[in-house]
Amino acid sequence: MATLQGLNFTNLNVSSVFIIGILLSFVFVLLGNKINHLIKIFTLSFIFSILYFYSNEASPYWYIFGVFLITLFFTNKLKKYSMQSLKEDFISEKIIFDFITLFGIVFFAFVILFPFYIMLVTSFKTQIALLVNPLDFSLDITKSLTELFKSYFVIFETYNFGRYILISSAVSIGTVIVTLLFAIPAAYAVARLNFFGKNFLSTSILIIYMFPAIVLVIPLYTVFSQLGLRNSIIGLLIVYTATTLPVAIYMLQGYFKSIPKEIEDAGIMDGQNWFGIILKIIIPLSLPAIASVALYVFMIAWNEFLFSLMFLDSPKSFTLSRAIQYLSGDAETPRQYLMAGSVIVTLPVLFIFIYFEKYLVSGLTSGSVKG
Amino acid sequence: MSDSLSKLEKRTAYTLVLPAVLLVFAIVLFPIFANVWISFKDIELKDIRIPEPRAKKIVKSISENQSELKIIYKLRNSSLIQELRNVQFQDKFPTNVSPINLDPRCNFQSKKVVCNLGNWQAKFRENFEITIQNNNGEIIDKKIIKSQKPILSGKADNPLLTTNFTLENFKKVFYENNFVELLLTTFYFTFFGTVGAIIFGILAAQLVNQNIQGRTYMRGILLFPYVGPVVALAYTWTLLLDPNSGTLNALLVNFNIIEQPVNLLGQKYITMSILGFEFKLRLALTTVIFFEIWRYFPLAFLFILARLQAIPQTLYEAAEVDGASPIQKFIHITLPQITAIISILFMIRFIWNFNKFEDIFLLTGGASGTRTLPINVYQQGFAVSDIGMGSAVSIVIVMLLLSFMVIYFRLIGKRANEV
Repeated sequence: MATLQGLNFTNLNVSSVFIIGILLSFVFVLLGNKINHLIKIFTLSFIFSILYFYSNEASPYWYIFGVFLITLFFTNKLKKYSMQSLKEDFISEKIIFDFITLFGIVFFAFVILFPFYIMLVTSFKTQIALLVNPLDFSLDITKSLTELFKSYFVIFETYNFGRYILISSAVSIGTVIVTLLFAIPAAYAVARLNFFGKNFLSTSILIIYMFPAIVLVIPLYTVFSQLGLRNSIIGLLIVYTATTLPVAIYMLQGYFKSIPKEIEDAGIMDGQNWFGIILKIIIPLSLPAIASVALYVFMIAWNEFLFSLMFLDSPKSFTLSRAIQYLSGDAETPRQYLMAGSVIVTLPVLFIFIYFEKYLVSGLTSGSVKG
Repeated sequence: MSDSLSKLEKRTAYTLVLPAVLLVFAIVLFPIFANVWISFKDIELKDIRIPEPRAKKIVKSISENQSELKIIYKLRNSSLIQELRNVQFQDKFPTNVSPINLDPRCNFQSKKVVCNLGNWQAKFRENFEITIQNNNGEIIDKKIIKSQKPILSGKADNPLLTTNFTLENFKKVFYENNFVELLLTTFYFTFFGTVGAIIFGILAAQLVNQNIQGRTYMRGILLFPYVGPVVALAYTWTLLLDPNSGTLNALLVNFNIIEQPVNLLGQKYITMSILGFEFKLRLALTTVIFFEIWRYFPLAFLFILARLQAIPQTLYEAAEVDGASPIQKFIHITLPQITAIISILFMIRFIWNFNKFEDIFLLTGGASGTRTLPINVYQQGFAVSDIGMGSAVSIVIVMLLLSFMVIYFRLIGKRANEV
């Protein structure tokens, strides 16, 4: 595959491209709705690409194809413009706004996705390829699979990443389970029962939530050192549970309040105690909320870095994040290994997020997740 | 009847709430108060281990038939600074084995040697010897003797619990720590990170709120930096910004925007001249702020988008009828509708950015002018290993946070009535 190395951007014939673009836009607007939109955009984009090719002869064919696709995308956006629409009020402002919108979307998508793309591509490269040409964004898929995934093999074999994945999963899933065990009863009590100190409790949940992990670190470090809880998964589990509990309680009690009280009254009539009510009525009715809390807690625990940095010194008990940080501490570690590790730690979170986006976004806007 | 019911309700509520409350108090609230205690103590990282008596057992043969053995216990106080009091020593021996010429501090009773070794100073060391013999003149198995570990116990003060306090830490925080610069850096980082995130959030929300195809996908993609693990993202950025093999520098050089690659994360200042005015820009700090904006504008975006979508469309239609331009619509309809959410976002993000540790730590480690208060807690507590000082910096953070919160609740309390 060709790379950007072959292109000399400084020789781009910008002015001629600009003039061609302006001319074609005029043609587009003049044509208006006289011919089918699809035919119009295809022919105009094609003409543009051909003219572009002749004004910049050095460009390779795949690059021209890219230009064609981009032009197609932009001309498609021009659909609503014609000679009539140009006579509307504030049309220049509207055109500028449309233009900004379009470029804004492209800009944001690029700025967000580009680092993720670089992370992925770098993990498939060799050390030499990385150093030779930093502008090579291509993936050489002609290489054999073992060569392509070499960094991944290395970090699993030499750097024990299998173990770190296990530890990270164990800690995250453990945190989810313990947090839910503590949070569901507490959230039920806050949502439904009357007791002294309830208001105090709900406000202090919010205030505690504002307090940063960094001020907890030194006391916890000293106490955990004396209790022998450092370098242990149990210690990490305790801290993660305690720090995610306020969020979990806050999110769950909001949902529990929305469950009609009559359903519980029926349960009380049947002679259920609170344990039965929570287990047989509340939990089945609020499964979606519990699932979204569980996913959140999982993501927080999986992404957590500060406590794992403080509490874990021995590579035996590293989580994924800590392991990657430890790897980077050695300046000799090739960057593609670091990126392979980063891909491994990022993928599960992104998959969960994409798959459950709807639940997670509603949870986010209910004012919960810290960062 | 109802009285007993409400009593039952209360008792149930407490049983349900208590486990969670206790855990959160122990792990979150207790440390905040413990910080106050530690910050008034002159204590270092190596002091936090409680001193222990330790013994290494060495077994030596002294007679040919091995019916007599000499055992040397290398005793020491594990602490370099703390005294151990009333150290008790105990070791067990097999049947038919008894000590000879036993040290006067010790007793031999029912196969056990029990010694009272008194007080050990800090760094105390002693080679303590016991000679044993088999009463029947038979061979003593060295391995059995060696496998038996001596039991030691002693009393020591937990250095964390002693009651000698000092104001030294706070003096050092305010006078020897470049405190003003530390505070300024923290505020630059917090303020510009917050404002930037909100501005980009508004822009992104405005864009996504228009009728474009794939709006939900766009919303999902925009949230990626916020949900991704900080370690992975920070290292990807470090790679992108690297002066030697980084993509960004290579691109800028390729387009002739800069002549030499710039070390965006390792250079404290860069001199820029705009319109003939020369000024120095905090380069590394600016880069870190941009990372911060990149990572957290999605949250602002999401909240503002939710608010934008709740604005009744009729408002815009009415404005259209009145002949308002897009800019006028934005200024007179959209902006007033989102000021409330922006002020809330500003406070929340301000507080969270103020506490941000991981992002800066992973990008620069606090070097080249990016040392903020949270970074300083880590540096003092773990790099310099002066945890008393680290705690003192934590206290400064907590105090500043509390004052932000007071301001926040005052402002929001007033705002809440308006919304």
